[in-house]
Amino acid sequence: MTSIQAALKSELERDAFWKGLSLFDWLWSIITVLSTAYAYTNYAPLMDVYEKVILVASSASLIVLGWHWKAIRQLSLLVFVLSLFGISRYVNGLSDAETDFFLRFLVSSQSAIMWMSALYVLATVTYFAAFIARSDFVAKVASAMTWSATVMGLVGLMVRWRESYLIGLDVGHIPVSNLYEVFILFSIITALLYLFYERRYQTRVLGGFVLLVISAAVAFLLWYTFDRQAADIQPLVPALKSYWMKIHVPANFIGYGAFALAAMVAVAYLIRFNAEKGDSNSLAMTLPELDVLDDLMYKSIALGFAFFTLATILGALWAAEAWGGYWSWDPKETWALIVWLNYAAWLHMRLTKGWRGKPMAAWAIVGLFVTLFAFLGVNMFLSGLHSYGEL
Amino acid sequence: MYKKSAETLKTPKTSAIWLNFLGSMNLAITLLLALSVASIIGTVLQQNQPYTDYVIKFGPFWFEVFQQLGLYDVYSASWFLLILFFLVVSTSTCVYRNAPGMLREMREYRQSIQLETLQKMPNSVSWQLNRSLDEVQQVAQQILPHNGFSARTTVTDSFRLVAGMKGAGSRLGYVFTHVAIVLICIGGLIDGNAILKAREMLGQIVPETENIPANQVPMISRLGLDNLSFRGSVSVPEGSQSNVLFINYKEGYLVQGLPFSIEVKDFRIEHYASGQPKSFESDLLLHDSRLAEPLEQTISVNHPLIYDGYSIYQASFSDGGSSIELQVWPLSGGGNQQQKLNVTVGNDVQVNLAGQPWVLETSDFRLFNINPSQDPAKKFQNVGPSVQFKMRDKTGAAKEFMNYMLPIERAGAYYYLSGVRSSPAEEFRYLYIPMDEAGGLGRFNTFLRLLNDQDVLQKVVAKQGILDQPLPTKDSAQFNQAMLKLVALFMQEGIDGVMSQVDKNVPVEKREGVAQLYVRVLQQILGAVYVEVLADEGVDISLGIDEKKAAFFDDASAAIGAITRYGSPVYFQLVNFKHKQASGLQIAKAPGKLLVYPGCAMLILGVFLMFYAPQQRLWLRLQETEQEVSVVFAGHAERNGLDFADQFRQIQAQFERVLTT
Repeated sequence: MTSIQAALKSELERDAFWKGLSLFDWLWSIITVLSTAYAYTNYAPLMDVYEKVILVASSASLIVLGWHWKAIRQLSLLVFVLSLFGISRYVNGLSDAETDFFLRFLVSSQSAIMWMSALYVLATVTYFAAFIARSDFVAKVASAMTWSATVMGLVGLMVRWRESYLIGLDVGHIPVSNLYEVFILFSIITALLYLFYERRYQTRVLGGFVLLVISAAVAFLLWYTFDRQAADIQPLVPALKSYWMKIHVPANFIGYGAFALAAMVAVAYLIRFNAEKGDSNSLAMTLPELDVLDDLMYKSIALGFAFFTLATILGALWAAEAWGGYWSWDPKETWALIVWLNYAAWLHMRLTKGWRGKPMAAWAIVGLFVTLFAFLGVNMFLSGLHSYGEL
Repeated sequence: MYKKSAETLKTPKTSAIWLNFLGSMNLAITLLLALSVASIIGTVLQQNQPYTDYVIKFGPFWFEVFQQLGLYDVYSASWFLLILFFLVVSTSTCVYRNAPGMLREMREYRQSIQLETLQKMPNSVSWQLNRSLDEVQQVAQQILPHNGFSARTTVTDSFRLVAGMKGAGSRLGYVFTHVAIVLICIGGLIDGNAILKAREMLGQIVPETENIPANQVPMISRLGLDNLSFRGSVSVPEGSQSNVLFINYKEGYLVQGLPFSIEVKDFRIEHYASGQPKSFESDLLLHDSRLAEPLEQTISVNHPLIYDGYSIYQASFSDGGSSIELQVWPLSGGGNQQQKLNVTVGNDVQVNLAGQPWVLETSDFRLFNINPSQDPAKKFQNVGPSVQFKMRDKTGAAKEFMNYMLPIERAGAYYYLSGVRSSPAEEFRYLYIPMDEAGGLGRFNTFLRLLNDQDVLQKVVAKQGILDQPLPTKDSAQFNQAMLKLVALFMQEGIDGVMSQVDKNVPVEKREGVAQLYVRVLQQILGAVYVEVLADEGVDISLGIDEKKAAFFDDASAAIGAITRYGSPVYFQLVNFKHKQASGLQIAKAPGKLLVYPGCAMLILGVFLMFYAPQQRLWLRLQETEQEVSVVFAGHAERNGLDFADQFRQIQAQFERVLTT
């Protein structure tokens, strides 16, 4: 064997994906598979065939996601342990949330969500502090806070899921059924998308901008909790009792989260764009290069668009089963279409006409307002079939 | 000669211009945005409401303008369909023009690319290697597939070219998404009501606006089995069946025939422990002459029955003609005659009440009424059955009532509630009739009767010493007369009548004093009559009246004071019922989904392919130069330039590790 062939051989073996998986990766997969198997064997009688498919598919996606984005493994395991701990503290029913120390202050869904809220807001402030002080260390602290907030938010949702079953076996449902619950979901998904790109682009300066949206969502959540008692778990109305909810809603919120991320990156873009002409040492110039921001903006709109398309179609299929037609021009449906058309136009402009820069950034921000109206405005101002989260 | 050639040139040119225009991105973007704006109008202006609502909202002029523009049903307005049509044409043109090229390019490795082109690419690097051509070519042929690129090799006398390509799917994604849009739009048009609209324009159908039984609807308002797609609803009472549907259309409706008949055996509502509805279910029997025996299936929300292209959904429910037994309690004019009345929900009956003819139109019966709970521990509570009806007097004016069967608790006491309103737009205002200790209305009725009984009143008034000092006989008689008048006024016009009398006859500065006196007098007389009522019942009041009975007196007096505003001479107590429900079924036929669903699948697949399988190309051009091999390695990606640059550097490093060490 000549040296070149040996070098080629080692090169070809070098980057093989399977070889790159560590022991922890495999351990992670085994834990996921075992817990899925446990859930399946114990709860199969409560699930229909679609729900079983959803369980298996989400488990498989989680494994693959963990392989490609290593931090997900730690996140999931932490959520797993804390959620189980929270669930195990409920011995005598829901009233334990008032008496048990750990539930009361840490892992009941209400407490966990309060922790999430506090941590996201703190993280926002810390990210901005890091940005202004140009401190890498402070930025790392902010990242850690964002991760912690995400853990607590997910624990909150998991425990809430269990709590709904403690109210009554027939009341139990996945906590993505009303405005309160999806706001938590929105915060978590937006944070996760941001954290993904934070690692990918090796920059923490955008943190404050993105978390601003999450803080706004948290502010709404707190108002909604304390002013409207929205945190109470309500049984599902008959139209929502379907496996479709488990896929339609999360897919939608990946879309919303990605659009929110894109808009905040666009804000950063505009700030940097205006700073380019001025002092090259200004704070704004510590933001990533315009090319990078532009690329990130495009990527998150593309991601959002793909999932929003999926979500809207899933919604249409669900509507065909629940309302008797796949499209009824219900205000929520129509606004979903408007959001979709808006981003479709954005993508066409960028991909085929090659538009870049300031107008596209401004359009991405406008897009967030259109999305926001579809998400919230429709519930507030227009009536229709989708009136699950009325304000 | 010249002219002729100009003409032959012109023909292809026009079509080319059209093709250019229709397939242009500007038109497509304009259409996307126009569709958005139209959709916004459709959500801001509530669609398909009764025309009278719009007239009230906009006034006659703008109502007419908006109607001409089709704004009350934007999504089937002709201009909206025109936008959709152009979107389909534009997208199709785009696919027609670009797809063949793209599909060709998918398989094309660009093996004829020039050296200069490669060198000018942003991602380009060159090496001089002390290797043989074969060696380098072999390495290239393995490194490229290792990175997911499929490779083709060209060998010529002067050079060799290994061309790699990845992500052909992105081009397929383009074709999929755009074909999907065309399919979805066409499918949607088939399932929409464009065809119905066209038939109406041609005069083939006319919607029926009168509320008449289905079998009396004329042929012109009927749709046969040949109707391709529709979505209609029908309310079927338990134990009955229907072979038609009603389709709401503009100001009226159309009757759609079905090739089968659908029977509702039973309709059920289940509730959660907290009282909210948990499920709506109907046991159906589908009768079809093509079936050996009827098809039996239970449907519920989210679980429709699909049969022969028809989907049958649980959409709503209503009363299917419950039998109601009402006890009639007179409220005015005295009399203790109590009659019972049997009515059926949905039917009107003529009754004579207090000497006047009335029409009683019973519109709804509800077995459960889940209302917000007063109890902070519970969110909702079930307050039991209720009946809703209209009472129409001889002038045709009607008031609507809602009476609850069971007494309802408020602050420790129980009341029979009756809501009343003059129009559906209003909230119900409630009359609270206190329940007596026997759980009924007996005591209230006796109280009312005695208050209308002049003999009793005379006796009571005579016994009273309203003023502190005794009066001379003549004055006393006059005063007693005045008191009787006051009571009569109160009974006829309520406390409002008494107050307006004060306002009319007494100077301003004395009004307050007089009003207070009147109230005191009334209270005293009513109290005395109440004592008579209790005595009638045989209650021992020698030790005074207990708190409950005192509260009853206050409540009864308040109720009597409000009777004049109640608007009915009687109170109908719901005493018995036989519940019969009707299930609201929605039946749809949507053959367009045979296009729409595959279109949706293509759209999802296409979008993901487009974004996540971007097309990338790599080239290695090898050329022998005096004992060395000169290699140019270059790459090109349509999108995601930054990512590709990264990836290019990684592959470059792989080559360098293998070839240059």
